[in-house]
Amino acid sequence: MTDVIYNTTALPHLLTLLIFLPVLGVAMMAFVKEEASIKHLAFWTAAVEFLLSLALYFWFDPGTHKMQFGEIAQWISTPPIRYALGIDGISLWLILLTTLLTPICVVASWTAIKTSVREFMIALLVMETAMVGVFCALDFVLFYIFWEAMLIPMYLLIGVWGGPNRIYAAIKFFLFTLAGSFLLLVAIIVLFFQGGHTFDILALSKGHYSDTMQAWLFWAFFAAFAVKVPMFPLHTWLPDAHVEAPTAGSVILASVLLKMGAYGFLRFSLPMLPDASVRFTPVILTLSVVAILYGAYMALAQSDLKKLIAYSSVSHMGFVTLGIFVFNTQGVEGALLQMLNHGITTGGLFLCVGLIYERTHSRLIADNGGLAKPMPRYAACLVIFALSSLGLPGTNSFVGEFLVLVGSFLVNKVLAAVATLGIILAAVYLLWMVQRIVFGVPSDKTARLRDLNWCEMATLVPLIVLIFWIGVFPNPFLTPMHASVSHVFAQMGRGANTVAPVVGSLTGILPEALP
Amino acid sequence: MTVVSIGDLLAVLPELLVAGAGCLVLVLDPLTASDRKDRLAYLSLGALGAAFVASYWFMGLSRPMFSGLYALDAYGTFWKLLLLAVAAFVILLAQSHLKLEAIDLGEFYAFILLSLSGMMVMVSGTDLLVIYLGLELMSISLYIMVGFKRFERRSLEAAAKYFILGSFSSGILLYGISLLFGRTGSTTLAGIRAGIAGLPVGDPVLLLAMVLLIVGFGFKVAAVPFHMWTPDVYEGAPTTVTAYLSVASKAASFAAFMRVFLEALGGLKTDWQMLLVAVCIATMILGNVVAIVQTNIKRMLAYSSIAHAGYALIGLVVADASGVAGVMLYMALYAFMTMGAFTVVAVLRKGGLEGDTIEDFTGLARRNKWAALLMLLFMISLAGIPPTAGFIAKFYIFMAAVGAHLTWLAVIAVIFAAVSAYFYLRVVMVMYMREPGEAAGAPGYGVRIALSPGVIAVLLVAAAGVLLLGVYPDPLVKAAQSAILPPR
Repeated sequence: MTDVIYNTTALPHLLTLLIFLPVLGVAMMAFVKEEASIKHLAFWTAAVEFLLSLALYFWFDPGTHKMQFGEIAQWISTPPIRYALGIDGISLWLILLTTLLTPICVVASWTAIKTSVREFMIALLVMETAMVGVFCALDFVLFYIFWEAMLIPMYLLIGVWGGPNRIYAAIKFFLFTLAGSFLLLVAIIVLFFQGGHTFDILALSKGHYSDTMQAWLFWAFFAAFAVKVPMFPLHTWLPDAHVEAPTAGSVILASVLLKMGAYGFLRFSLPMLPDASVRFTPVILTLSVVAILYGAYMALAQSDLKKLIAYSSVSHMGFVTLGIFVFNTQGVEGALLQMLNHGITTGGLFLCVGLIYERTHSRLIADNGGLAKPMPRYAACLVIFALSSLGLPGTNSFVGEFLVLVGSFLVNKVLAAVATLGIILAAVYLLWMVQRIVFGVPSDKTARLRDLNWCEMATLVPLIVLIFWIGVFPNPFLTPMHASVSHVFAQMGRGANTVAPVVGSLTGILPEALP
Repeated sequence: MTVVSIGDLLAVLPELLVAGAGCLVLVLDPLTASDRKDRLAYLSLGALGAAFVASYWFMGLSRPMFSGLYALDAYGTFWKLLLLAVAAFVILLAQSHLKLEAIDLGEFYAFILLSLSGMMVMVSGTDLLVIYLGLELMSISLYIMVGFKRFERRSLEAAAKYFILGSFSSGILLYGISLLFGRTGSTTLAGIRAGIAGLPVGDPVLLLAMVLLIVGFGFKVAAVPFHMWTPDVYEGAPTTVTAYLSVASKAASFAAFMRVFLEALGGLKTDWQMLLVAVCIATMILGNVVAIVQTNIKRMLAYSSIAHAGYALIGLVVADASGVAGVMLYMALYAFMTMGAFTVVAVLRKGGLEGDTIEDFTGLARRNKWAALLMLLFMISLAGIPPTAGFIAKFYIFMAAVGAHLTWLAVIAVIFAAVSAYFYLRVVMVMYMREPGEAAGAPGYGVRIALSPGVIAVLLVAAAGVLLLGVYPDPLVKAAQSAILPPR
């Protein structure tokens, strides 16, 4: 395979190490008895994992579209299935996002999880293994195994440690995703026979498939990826799952799992099925815009904080699919950045909800009014996350959404204009939420609440730093994407024609756009 | 006619060992003190071990025997090794389970060995009458084993039902065999094949015979619409027997089913493929859908075993090298997860809880986290979710289907596989997500589940098999692929 640069770093098997380090942590838990030590062990496993994953960024070569840090080994002889790993500019940030959020989730669960702590941490770490594995896999069967392996720990996270209606939410999440994934499995097998008897993702991306075949495969892929994103009308599991999941579960779900659907579109649907992707673009774009508006509209009506954020996720992920399916660099890079942004911002919002729920045991907006006075630090963080989520210039989401809208404007002005409404609606529901929670009248109960301690701040500060970093200086985040994104277009046979000038001028605009 | 040679007798050494040990156990049983029945178990295990070694030793060999009535080939050896292993697990499990159910009789081991020798004949026979003989030896032993809890009405009812329906289906099978003999003048598979080649296409008697054979074998593998006996028998039989029934008898029947249809009725492939597609779809749908409403775990596993027969039938419908290897792999991997699941059910029975209804698993994760974890593993494997053996089994079956341009069949299969996740996960749900509160008053609650070394061994092997073969199935895949029936 010439498309893979094998791992040349000082750390041998870096990706394998990253994938299986959490499992190693799980194995070590067998020797630890006390609950506190288990928490520490889980945290340090996740923290070391994050530090190791930083190596990916420093050794990443942004100049090439080839898969980097590659590893390959024969795994199953007939049919040929290989243990093939590698990352490019599309997966790099998603891996770093995963490894960043896992230690944060461990800390966020420190006091929130009171029962079966060991099992909780095991589920969390197994999730991390599967998530990193999904983003690294270069063999379709390997990808599928990691993809499905996420289901059980997530099902348990929601179902065991969730809220009152957790069983319903867990099984709904499970069945929705499973039904989609099984169709993906059939599609993978069909591709194997169509694409020259290989499961090699890079080789399959080079194949050409007939129009009808592409159409079938496209919808099979769609079934798996659209459920995960989730795209309207397959989103109904999301509000239930988010509301019932424990904080860490919500964060993982919103910040990483939802990205996998979009990652799937970008990694598989576009390069492998370019003609079908183009052919069904109108459907996807319409669904995306419907999701943007519908999610925002539903968020307006929610009285439960988590449900509000869940619907805002539907809306924000609509921007991501919109950006991917406009097929230009601004759109796709905006979508990729927006995936990262949504992970950071929504992760932060869910952490905030978790913090307040721990104190008042209510997620209702009405029960949590007037927090600015008793909890100024908390209020400040919540406002920052909310402003970031609504895309205030200077924060991360502005850059992502702006790029997506620029990209879609080049393709379809009406669509872009309608999508922009989503941002306005986002401002409405988020500011209204902030107004009621932060600046409302404190009740007797909320007036005596304790503000965030340093440990709780520690979970939020890294995310806040990233919000402003990406918001003010997004180039370090965009640079590694360029080569990989234009390679996607090259594979689609479209060329990256409308690209460079706008990105160049964008970085020119940004400083002036700051308030 | 050649005389039986020494070589032939040597080649059936595994069968002779098992059958001989079975008879020996029957003779020794009255001579063994009633609290020393363990010794009979060890004797049986020894015989199984010796037969296993012998079969393993014969692995590469291939020869027709007894004037073409019987064969030693890689295909038969693969199944024999599987069946021997399953029987050994059942005996390990039975040792403690029989005592608990107060049915610790020496005959049990004899019947296991005798039915096993029947199965070994089934998988190696190359003559319909020999196969029928093996099938009857297996079935008659199983009828008795199902009714082993002879003081319990449920068990007796199950045995009677199984016996009546079973003999009926055997009769139908025999009728099919006689029609085939009447039309082709032979009962050997090769002879029938040659006879069919000389007959006109669409010969009605042949087609009737084929349908009758499908009914006969369909009953044994519990395919819809010949599945009616399964839930009642699985529920009524002692759990160890249920495990044996659902794994070994199904595997042996599939082995004979495939050999007969590919070797003897290969000429009618287009006809039986059409019929089997319908049977296969009906089996997957009914098994998975009806399992949802079950409240008894053994009945649920019975419907699940019907559904799994449906998936395995896909391989037979495909009927090429990958299909046959797919079925072999499927049944081998299915053996691990089903043995494991039934073992957990049997172990819970030991804890003093009835362990029969799904409700009895409530809050198991709090009471016994290892039992719950193992059950979780077996359930997700049965649902076909990676990284477990169940996924690998389904993967190869789907590969075979898509490779044979039966993608639509694979799509139906995956849709109902998603349905099946619902009832498998319900077990996980009651174990992990419900408080043991309401069950706390139940008799035997809080009793530590005492595990015998035999049961621990079965659970460990089953769990290791489910996980390791789920992650690295290559050795088993290679074994299955090199043991398929030679193409004709």
